[in-house]
Amino acid sequence: MARRSLPILKQILSKSSDQCSPFLTPTRSVTYMPRPGDGAPRAVTLLPGDGIGPLVTGAVEQVMEAMHAPVYFEKYEVHGDMKRVPEEVIKSIKKNKVCLKGGLATPMGGGVSSLNMQLRRELDLYASLVNCFNLRGLPTRHENVDIVVIRENTEGEYSGLEHEVVPGVVESLKVITKFCSERIAKYAFEYAYLNNRKKVTAVHKANIMKLADGLFLESCREVATKYPGIKYNEIIVDNCCMQLVSKPEQFDVMVTPNLYGNLVANTAAGIAGGTGVMPGGNVGADHAIFEQGASAGNVGNEKLVEQKKANPVALLLSSAMMLRHLQFPSFADRLETAVKRVISEGKCRTKDLGGSSTTQEIVDAVIAALE
Amino acid sequence: MATQLLRRVLGSRSRQILSTTNPNPNLALPIARAFSSDITPITATLFPGDGIGPEIAESVKQVFRTAEVPVEWEEHYVGTEIDPRTQSFLTWESLESVRRNKVGLKGPMATPIGKGHRSLNLTLRKELNLYANVRPCYSLPGYKTRYDDVNLITIRENTEGEYSGLEHQVVRGVVESLKIITRQASLRVAEYAFHYAKTHGRERVSAIHKANIMQKTDGLFLKCCREVAEKYPEITYEEVVIDNCCMMLVKNPAAFDVLVMPNLYGDIISDLCAGLIGGLGLTPSCNIGEGGIALAEAVHGSAPDIAGKNLANPTALLLSSVTMLRHLELHDKADRIQNAILSTIAEGKYRTADLGGSSTTSDFTKAICDHL
Repeated sequence: MARRSLPILKQILSKSSDQCSPFLTPTRSVTYMPRPGDGAPRAVTLLPGDGIGPLVTGAVEQVMEAMHAPVYFEKYEVHGDMKRVPEEVIKSIKKNKVCLKGGLATPMGGGVSSLNMQLRRELDLYASLVNCFNLRGLPTRHENVDIVVIRENTEGEYSGLEHEVVPGVVESLKVITKFCSERIAKYAFEYAYLNNRKKVTAVHKANIMKLADGLFLESCREVATKYPGIKYNEIIVDNCCMQLVSKPEQFDVMVTPNLYGNLVANTAAGIAGGTGVMPGGNVGADHAIFEQGASAGNVGNEKLVEQKKANPVALLLSSAMMLRHLQFPSFADRLETAVKRVISEGKCRTKDLGGSSTTQEIVDAVIAALE
Repeated sequence: MATQLLRRVLGSRSRQILSTTNPNPNLALPIARAFSSDITPITATLFPGDGIGPEIAESVKQVFRTAEVPVEWEEHYVGTEIDPRTQSFLTWESLESVRRNKVGLKGPMATPIGKGHRSLNLTLRKELNLYANVRPCYSLPGYKTRYDDVNLITIRENTEGEYSGLEHQVVRGVVESLKIITRQASLRVAEYAFHYAKTHGRERVSAIHKANIMQKTDGLFLKCCREVAEKYPEITYEEVVIDNCCMMLVKNPAAFDVLVMPNLYGDIISDLCAGLIGGLGLTPSCNIGEGGIALAEAVHGSAPDIAGKNLANPTALLLSSVTMLRHLELHDKADRIQNAILSTIAEGKYRTADLGGSSTTSDFTKAICDHL
């Protein structure tokens, strides 16, 4: 009888633990202890941008107000067809140190003077982070995905140094420096250490580009020796993409140069539920800009804007990351819990997740799910 | 009836007549073969390769024999010494044989580690001027992956782009790598892509680029693609940014038909598509060179750990040989062999270890021959 009772006991215990699943319990066992004065409202620059940008940033504003979060937004109008980012916007971001951004369209001839790249260069936001993970209740082809792609944001293939040698022959320079490679590797390992991640994978093509990607790998290897508790391995970028579509659960944190990071982040976002739900941001030593993680190079089509059916989940999760960055962790937790509950219930979903709700309906559902 | 009499009387002379009137030298030989009544066998170069190479090459020979494909194989092996004329382990005779025969099939080759010689793949590519790499990716019915409806071709420019190998250290800690795009190479690969789409009945060609950031280089590539697209008005042409392409490929691969891309994007996207259908062990590939040379190859490794044990999966090399047959315009034989392979895998009774079964290479080959 003792042998038979063990599995029955296990079943009973698992059932009871299922019912009190962590994010549905109203009380929390962790208290964050702030310093006096931490609750003072913080200013955050808000750039609605183009396309679906104003819709989704409007959603974030509504939710922040409903939560009575101690942030207030300084809105500035920036559009993709401007030549430069206005001075006042840069000044505001430098003052507030934190910015939330909708999408900025890059016109076809934009090049590296596209406004996104300009912001990253001026504020030296050298790390771009995209967190791709399976959301509970959202069916995808791949399970157990939880990948963080950390991408070098300032150099590499996007240095913008192109010229025509003779008519019909064009050269583009890809620049890799030890300084930038080292600091992105340091950021990746630090991130892994602070967030209890077990493995960092460097993505490269050093078998062909021996010097350039070789330098990147050397920097990663040097930093890896300083973090003996974190596993480090390297993978060639074409093998990486192949593994991402067949066995994505083997990846944890990935650190990549500029171009490969773009591809890997968009692929990982695609397998984990789509670009409409992945949070992300750009961070530098002094400033941070939070935006939709992987945007696949567009700001939504006009139909989405007209019908107001854009997906605000990505920006809501990014704004939760922003609240943590501003050191308001319990507001961040509440927001994330509410958004995840709305997704898992499955009643309110926008078109890219298989439903037909509008942005406003999602916002209302999230506000209702906040406690 | 008079023309038929004439053709029979002239017999072998018809080949010469047809070759002089046909403007495209690449297609003269196969068309002539289709007309001549007794088919002279086509000589093709075969590089069995290393590791599992010889076993799977034997599979291909057996299947071709059973299907009565008019191909005679000229086998060449990688030498054990560096040939000074080619600076690598491939001999000058092997390369001359491919240039002469214009078709070849290559198994997996392991490049020996060491210095002072070029890698084997690089030698082949440079000496034979292989400018386009074609990879047809279609879901194999019966082998379940997460994606069931993949049916696309990736055509990748193979000579320039980011893989030109021109790198240098500017100062300590700063490295520059050159990406080169030329009008000539881009036009060449775009021409081949549209020609391929037309001859294989494909409706759409998509050019993959990142011209919003790299305006001049990818911009030149796109300009060349647009020029060629104007010559083929019946084929739809579109341009897709590479990050959008990656995302759409993993969400909905059925949206793509023929993809044409520069070197680096092509490398990544073609491997991504191979991953969608089940890995490199099942993906065919074909390299097209100047003068109509086609070298079909299996892109997987030589798997030295299972070499000689009769466990290897010959599917990749078999499907590559089908691609070679299509290039030779022997479409009916190609279809027969392809259907035999697909139905054998779909049946599920004979599968090699990497597909989840337990058959040997010879059993699998015999099952395919039975299906023919």
